[in-house]
Amino acid sequence: MITSSLTFPGDLFADFDELQRQFERVLAQRASPNSSIRSVARGTFPPVNIGVTPEAVEIYAFAPGIDPASLDVSVDKGVLTITGERKSGVAEGQSGEKVSVYARERWQGAFRRVVSLPEDADPSRVDARYRNGVLNIRIEKREASRPRRIEISDGR
Amino acid sequence: MNTTSHELSNRQGAGDDTPALIPLVDVIEDASGITLTADMPGAARDTLAVDVNGDTLTIDATINLGETATMQAVHAEVRAPRYRRSFTLSRELDLSRIDASLKDGVLNLRLPKLEEARPRRIEVRAD
Repeated sequence: MITSSLTFPGDLFADFDELQRQFERVLAQRASPNSSIRSVARGTFPPVNIGVTPEAVEIYAFAPGIDPASLDVSVDKGVLTITGERKSGVAEGQSGEKVSVYARERWQGAFRRVVSLPEDADPSRVDARYRNGVLNIRIEKREASRPRRIEISDGR
Repeated sequence: MNTTSHELSNRQGAGDDTPALIPLVDVIEDASGITLTADMPGAARDTLAVDVNGDTLTIDATINLGETATMQAVHAEVRAPRYRRSFTLSRELDLSRIDASLKDGVLNLRLPKLEEARPRRIEVRAD
């Protein structure tokens, strides 16, 4: 553990802070199969995975517990925007009596994710479906840009 | 199936080494019990397991997105195919009456307290 010579020698709290940060760095890099991975940075809701197939671009937004009618998905100038809101459903106890909140890790409130689409995505062919809390948006690629085998003629 | 609680301090379960995500939870307690809400998008009822072993509650689900085999990942913020998280339950909870429901990727668990553990007001007699 290398300490910087610029810190004041008596600053104990800064030392602990630096120690904490070094531990976090080491632990974050360790990806052994026995450790749980929290692969989503806090504050990014919903997490998004993007994949491509020869015919389409598939976007998966992990947004559980949302009414699909309140989700707003739009494509404009090659940019896909997903907007929505998750209201905090667990506000009161069973009968409105006093409650203790031990953990409130889940995202509450409005969110917006923006994904820039590749050139060959055709914005007029977008399909969105919400299943098991995952919003799957499928954007088909333009016909002309799909991989195509070119026939070689004999040229005789 | 009888497992003692010290065997469960290794929380990996029956030799299962798949890396797993930690699902985020809300835990709220009221006078009659505890409500636990977990975000598990992509989990369906057939892949979800809610187990109680001794005083440990474990929620476990595999993620199924229905991707096609030809898909290539371009950007992945969710990088493991599974959710798993364990909780230690206090003894005042009635483990035989746990209620679990899954809707739109949100797991709702209701853990009621035992009758004798509920807060009660004791009446003071004036003699």
